[in-house]
Amino acid sequence: MGEYKKPKTAEEFEQNFSQIKPLMDASMAYYESSRCLFCYDAPCVTACPTGIDIPLFIRQINNKNTKGAAKTIYDSNYFGNACGKVCPTEVLCEGACVYNHRDAKPIEIGRLQSYATQDAMQKEITLYQPAPANGKKVAIIGAGPAGIACACELSLLGYEVHIFEAKSQPSGLTLYGVAPYKITNEEILQEVEYLQNQFGFKICFNERVDSEKLVELEKNYQAIFLGIGLGKTRFPFPMEKEMPNVIGATEIIEQLKVNHLTTNLGDQVIVIGGGNTAMDAASEAARLGAKHVTLAYRRSKEEMGAYEFEYDLAKAVGVQGVFNAQPLEIIGTDQAEAVRFVRTELVDGNVRPIEGSEFTIACDAVIFATGQSKQVDFLNKIKDLELDDKGKIKVKEASFQTTNPMYFAGGDAVNGGAEVVNAAADGKQAALGIHDFLIA
Amino acid sequence: MPDLSVNFAGIKAPNPFWLASAPPTNSGYQIMKAFDAGWGGAVWKTLGVPVVNVSSRYASVNYKGNRMIGLNNIELITDRPLKDNLREMEEVKKYFPDHAVIASLMVESKAQWHQIVKDVENAGADGIELNFGCPHGMCERGMGSAVGQEPSVLKTIVEWVMEVAKVPVIVKLTPNISDITYPAQAAKEGGADAISLINTIQSLVGVDIDNFVPYPIVDGKSTNGGYCGPAVKPIALNMTKNCAQIPNYDLPISGIGGIETWRDAVEFMLLGASTVQICTAVMHYGFGIIRDLVPGLESYMIDKGFNTIDEMVGKALPNTKTWENLNLKYKVTASIDESKCIGCQLCYTACEDGAHQAIGLKGDEENRIPFIIDENCVGCNLCSLVCPVEECITMVQTDDGKSHNTWKERTEANEIPNDFNDERAGGNGHWIPEPKDALKKKR
Ligand SMILES: Cc1cc2nc3c(=O)[nH]c(=O)nc-3n(C[C@H](O)[C@H](O)[C@H](O)COP(=O)(O)OP(=O)(O)OC[C@H]3O[C@@H](n4cnc5c(N)ncnc54)[C@H](O)[C@@H]3O)c2cc1C
Ligand SMILES: Cc1cc2nc3c(=O)[nH]c(=O)nc-3n(C[C@H](O)[C@H](O)[C@H](O)COP(=O)(O)O)c2cc1C
Ligand code: SF4
Ligand code: SF4
Ligand code: SF4
Repeated sequence: MGEYKKPKTAEEFEQNFSQIKPLMDASMAYYESSRCLFCYDAPCVTACPTGIDIPLFIRQINNKNTKGAAKTIYDSNYFGNACGKVCPTEVLCEGACVYNHRDAKPIEIGRLQSYATQDAMQKEITLYQPAPANGKKVAIIGAGPAGIACACELSLLGYEVHIFEAKSQPSGLTLYGVAPYKITNEEILQEVEYLQNQFGFKICFNERVDSEKLVELEKNYQAIFLGIGLGKTRFPFPMEKEMPNVIGATEIIEQLKVNHLTTNLGDQVIVIGGGNTAMDAASEAARLGAKHVTLAYRRSKEEMGAYEFEYDLAKAVGVQGVFNAQPLEIIGTDQAEAVRFVRTELVDGNVRPIEGSEFTIACDAVIFATGQSKQVDFLNKIKDLELDDKGKIKVKEASFQTTNPMYFAGGDAVNGGAEVVNAAADGKQAALGIHDFLIA
Repeated sequence: MPDLSVNFAGIKAPNPFWLASAPPTNSGYQIMKAFDAGWGGAVWKTLGVPVVNVSSRYASVNYKGNRMIGLNNIELITDRPLKDNLREMEEVKKYFPDHAVIASLMVESKAQWHQIVKDVENAGADGIELNFGCPHGMCERGMGSAVGQEPSVLKTIVEWVMEVAKVPVIVKLTPNISDITYPAQAAKEGGADAISLINTIQSLVGVDIDNFVPYPIVDGKSTNGGYCGPAVKPIALNMTKNCAQIPNYDLPISGIGGIETWRDAVEFMLLGASTVQICTAVMHYGFGIIRDLVPGLESYMIDKGFNTIDEMVGKALPNTKTWENLNLKYKVTASIDESKCIGCQLCYTACEDGAHQAIGLKGDEENRIPFIIDENCVGCNLCSLVCPVEECITMVQTDDGKSHNTWKERTEANEIPNDFNDERAGGNGHWIPEPKDALKKKR
């Protein structure tokens, strides 16, 4: 435990958060791409939410047509570089690679993908020439992967696209949420800039769309795409009062991503939750120098929603899991000093507290990674827009059109919270839906 | 322990692994180092007339993850002074009297040949190899392959050499010829004691597609070179076999071309070579590969019960026939071991696009294992060759093993088909989809 010192300089931060999928060099990419079998009807492609022609781009890398490889990737996925680094490839393409069936290491598809796209970005290769303007305008709310992917495809088709983004930087949770050891902020922004240079869509930053703005957009644009993602952390029980060291995971991660060196959590950190965000928060707390990081989940280890490799990553930096532990209350007056838990058991599929099994764990900070809320309040301001009972926007399957015909939606706001790759897939698909709607 | 020592046309060596005449035998230093490491013999880098070499001399064929599966060079014979080579040769023989030191030679006139043969014999050479192979540079000056491609000229020069030679003479053949048995015969007629083959194959290994010039590049220009390394082994094996099967041919053969492992060496021996020479593999990995070659060969000989190299030489020749002697009744069919299949479906595309449409898919995402359509399988082996899993697709014999019938027997019995309606013709009844079944795109 506590193998990391609190980073005080940019170099120390980089060391603590060193990239788990570093950029391949040319020889490594050559050797790795040589291993690909060029499978027929390749299962890796089926497993990719954006359906990238993986055997083709790997073959292109092998034939030293790196530019062609980048094109193959971007043709299917505008977040090609980011996805190569942040996708949970173990459960997607690489998890489906046929090599797994003979106990051999699957092809490192993600790293090869980033190799090709990085090359194109660094050389500033122009891969796309948008069609001449068709005179139609589309507004996009949210510059996350869904919004940006939608903007790229629409621009390619000749639309004038304006993105309205509440924050000061693009790419949504890729920038504000994804763990720093998966991708650096610079790399994320580099890709958005690369795309913007080719497609020319405009992003208006620090522009949170509210009901007033909606009226204006509906008047000035022929269609609107909602790529607003999710809301703030949802706490499992109401907090009687705010304590500075009781924090939501997305909020603390955002702070850490923006200010690498000023985020201070103390020595003892408790992370509550069992999803991927909880694993990230725990890993990040450890890499920020916390001596003891406890990951508390109210169900068993096997029931955690997090991917196994994400839990492995957390364990590898010393995070200690405490399972079947449900938080009851935060102990402390102005600051949290400890969390009181009760042991749980599973009865008929329901989690039940075991009476008399209460215990407390002392802490300097408590992070709740118990899920994000939906932006129901904002969405309810849109006329005729229907949400499902969980607050997700209802859309038609192929077109991503909402129940208000001029609105389309995709990404976390529709799927309830998935991955960057799903948002990128949705955004592109929705653009085609918008095109059908406006041209037909 | 099997006895690895050889007596090759009178040249004795502790084992059959010799260095081919090439950069690894440029100097006494290198040859001493090789003998020290365990090599049995060395053919000195070709000695002869003064030459000038160019800078930038090699280029390679790399395939996927593997470098230098083929090597091409435009280097000439040695450019080191003859007297230095002779002095070093003498020294090597002092330290290694029982190892084979063979002088490779290439000069022009009869007088030059007579002189150089005497020079190397005086320096202690155990044998002489006549380089009639170099396919670049030297041939433009009327030497090397220019000689090797003219059996009558080759024979004349061999005769000149035999007039003075006291040690055994090997003729090294060029593969740049339509029938290798002609120069092999000419060498025998000229009185040579042995042959070695192959020298390098005339080649261009690639082109710099940005600057429009083949490799290797010498000041923006290039020329054809000589090709060697693992990629040439199949050609060398076939030529070795061709020479070994010349009726009443009794000259020993030193096999050369793409040998890298003990297994390669064994293959050459089974097809008639009694020593082997190696160049590219040493240029790639150094003299240290001998540590694999010798024990590998020994262990193979023990497994097979061979006591001497001679016992194994030519063992595969009786099984190497002309096509007309192959059994037309023999039938194999591909079989997939489902427990090994990883579902890559390479076999499917290979047979579907490149063979006989004899492999089907279940169209099931969960079970990607293809199946063989037995009636369509002609037993070509292709699927088993592309399958990336060892022993996953095997070829299983499906005939009863009792009938035997060859094209030759059929011809002799006047049993060959005369037209395609003849039911004795091949391919009859083989199912092939209709051409239009191939169309997937709208047109
Ligand atoms: C901690 C964490 C770690 C993650 N790690 C990974 C990972 O490793 N790999 C992976 O693939 N995915 C990861 N994800 C998930 C991934 O980041 C999201 O699935 C993806 O970013 C969703 O994209 P989106 O475009 O739908 O929404 P978002 O990325 O959330 O973008 C929505 C954007 O809309 C803006 N917005 C919202 N409302 C308004 C408004 N009213 N007006 C203007 N702008 C507005 C927001 O500011 C934001 O920029 C992670 C998520 C979190 C929270
Ligand atoms: C750079 C180079 C130079 C060579 N020079 C000679 C030579 O001088 N005389 C000769 O007989 N063969 C020469 N050869 C041919 C080799 O002896 C050998 O026949 C050929 O390389 C095929 O064998 P390998 O691929 O196993 O090395 C040369 C080969 C190379 C690569
Ligand atoms: S499954 Fe693996 S080997 Fe096959 S094409 Fe995909 S990456 Fe290549
Ligand atoms: S052996 Fe040839 S014909 Fe038979 S299944 Fe394999 S590839 Fe097809
Ligand atoms: S090539 Fe081999 S591993 Fe691949 S699908 Fe065919 S039988 Fe299976």
